[in-house]
Amino acid sequence: MRERSQASKLSFFSSLRAFFSAVGAVVWKDLSAELRSRELISAMLVFALLVILIFNFALELDAKTRGTVTAGVLWVTFAFAGTLGLNRSMAMEKDRGCLDGLLLTPVDRSAIYFGKAIGNLFFMLLVEAVVLPVYSVLYSTNLFKPGLLIVVLLGSIGYVAVGTLLSAMAVQTRTRDILLPILLFPLVVPVLIAAVKGSSAFLEGSAMADIWPWLNLLIVYDVIFTAVAYMVFDYVVEE
Amino acid sequence: MEAKSRYLKILDAVTMVLFLISLWMVFFYAPLEKVMGAVQRVFYYHVGTAWVGMLGFAVAMIAGVAYLRTGSRKWDIVGLAAVEISLVFFLIAIIMGSIWARPIWNAWWTWDPRLTTATIVELVYAAYLLLRQGIEDPDRRARFGAVYAILGFVSVPLTFLSIRIFRTIHPVVIGNSDPTATGSFDMSSAMLQTFLFGLFTFSLIFVDLLWHRIRMGKLADKVELLRLKALE
Amino acid sequence: MIQVRKLVKRFGLKTVLNGLNFQVAEGEFVALLGPNGAGKTTFLRILASLSRPSFGDLRVAGYRLPDQAAAVRRRLGVVSHQPLLYGDLTAEENLTFYARMYDIASPGGRIQEVLELVGLAPRRRDLVRTFSRGMQQRLAIGRAVLHDPDVMLFDEPHTGLDQDACTMLDNVLREVAARGRTVVMTSHDLVRVAGLASRFDVLSRGGIAATIHSTEIEPDQLLAFYRRALGS
Repeated sequence: MRERSQASKLSFFSSLRAFFSAVGAVVWKDLSAELRSRELISAMLVFALLVILIFNFALELDAKTRGTVTAGVLWVTFAFAGTLGLNRSMAMEKDRGCLDGLLLTPVDRSAIYFGKAIGNLFFMLLVEAVVLPVYSVLYSTNLFKPGLLIVVLLGSIGYVAVGTLLSAMAVQTRTRDILLPILLFPLVVPVLIAAVKGSSAFLEGSAMADIWPWLNLLIVYDVIFTAVAYMVFDYVVEE
Repeated sequence: MEAKSRYLKILDAVTMVLFLISLWMVFFYAPLEKVMGAVQRVFYYHVGTAWVGMLGFAVAMIAGVAYLRTGSRKWDIVGLAAVEISLVFFLIAIIMGSIWARPIWNAWWTWDPRLTTATIVELVYAAYLLLRQGIEDPDRRARFGAVYAILGFVSVPLTFLSIRIFRTIHPVVIGNSDPTATGSFDMSSAMLQTFLFGLFTFSLIFVDLLWHRIRMGKLADKVELLRLKALE
Repeated sequence: MIQVRKLVKRFGLKTVLNGLNFQVAEGEFVALLGPNGAGKTTFLRILASLSRPSFGDLRVAGYRLPDQAAAVRRRLGVVSHQPLLYGDLTAEENLTFYARMYDIASPGGRIQEVLELVGLAPRRRDLVRTFSRGMQQRLAIGRAVLHDPDVMLFDEPHTGLDQDACTMLDNVLREVAARGRTVVMTSHDLVRVAGLASRFDVLSRGGIAATIHSTEIEPDQLLAFYRRALGS
């Protein structure tokens, strides 16, 4: 009896290790491929900077109104650039049938989800890491408040958690690229609202008591949707 | 061609009668409200249709979970039916809300939590239908629909919460303890009766329509089966 | 090695495989023939655990599908007509990735072995998108044998290859099969499979219409056998 439980304990740990190893392999693969081609990052970056530029002309922000609008402009930019990244990341798997290749491996399907999601998160954070300083310089606004960075992180996690799952669905339909934003944006509204309000609050230096509800909302959203995505991912990729 | 089940025919008749009674109650039985006047009568159906809409969303979510667990096509038909009906009901609720808002707050639209959330729910439904449209394989269509219905349902409470923390001007109807809410009214017993009766009627209408739509879905499947057989 | 009993696969309301029975002993090389749309790819995908059967009893390499799919995948190597390789990675990186996903101990040595087996060792540091289709297919086979599977499934691997590439592919196939592996290969090319397979099965109208061993038939009679099986 004891031997069996020892064996099952060992097999639990070894399967856990295999799981993390697989997640790491997927992330490594995405980063390596991207490092070579730099397609994704350059597309996302150029797009993000263009959006910021367009906002400049569209909204005619003087120094005063800019303060109230900065958070919104930033998050709209992130949301749209993020869609590009999500689409490309999954399309890469679908195009050469690589998704089947992944599904043929003996790992748990959720390892694929987490691997892709972490890769997507990384790319999104990378783009944000470039956009924030650029915006700061263009509009002489200091965006490097630690609170703001936390909001950006939490918001990106929520966005990517849902986005990765939905991109796995969208890539298997006829209407592909167009469909992802349509599917994503209604579900991601809480993240956008909380992220914008939270970012604004940190920029204006509001009291923590006012900011907590937004942070809580982001954390709750992140946890709930990562859990739900983990549970349903199998149904999305398997036939 | 399968005949309508006897129970369905009875339900059709009952709902029709109840609806007519409800209409009479709204226009003649309930008293005229002091502050808002005639337009307040919209409220009786506004809440009823919104309630049915939410019910439909819950049914779609449950059908989604059931489909994923059992793989049985009938749950897919139920889910689709619930979404379609709920879509229409929410639309009616939103339009009624708009009609009500105009004379009271002097604007066709207010960005308050309930109305905005209802609109986002409509967008979720639209996305659901577009998603289904883009898929050929019926099994995948059903699976993805189920997943999206579940995701949508989970996100809506969070959406509502986030907008509510964002702003609040929707009238608090039954009892009023929120100091920041503007516009509220207490209901007399006749009003309450009309309201509850309307709620009940709309729930029945929902069941009736759902039944019809599910029946349609099953018949469509039958036609498809016959067509496939004929092609062989 | 492979036992399939009463396999049924439906897509929505359409039945593609209808009570299919199929047995492969260890070491056999079965060529699965059949017209387009007969369900060869569907069947192979089910064996590969990429698709769930609607009904039926399946065992591959001693494990049941779909319940013990993970265990089956460990012992299965699949080559489809898509290469399943990442264009932006080198040959070596592709194999390293899959070695990690299959949790192979001491991957370095194994990768070298495999590259030599498929004759791509000199191109190991080149990006896969610079490879010709024939080379990609060979690397795909390398990927498939990396974890030393007992069973191999090939779905029309010669598609899109020129004569030379096909010959090279055949050599690799023979080597792969020679190591005692069980192979199932779908194909349209009767001439080609005649030289490779030990058994020929014809899939038609949702089931196996006919089967014959290579010892029982001359290569030039294969076409007649195939036509007869479809006609009946």
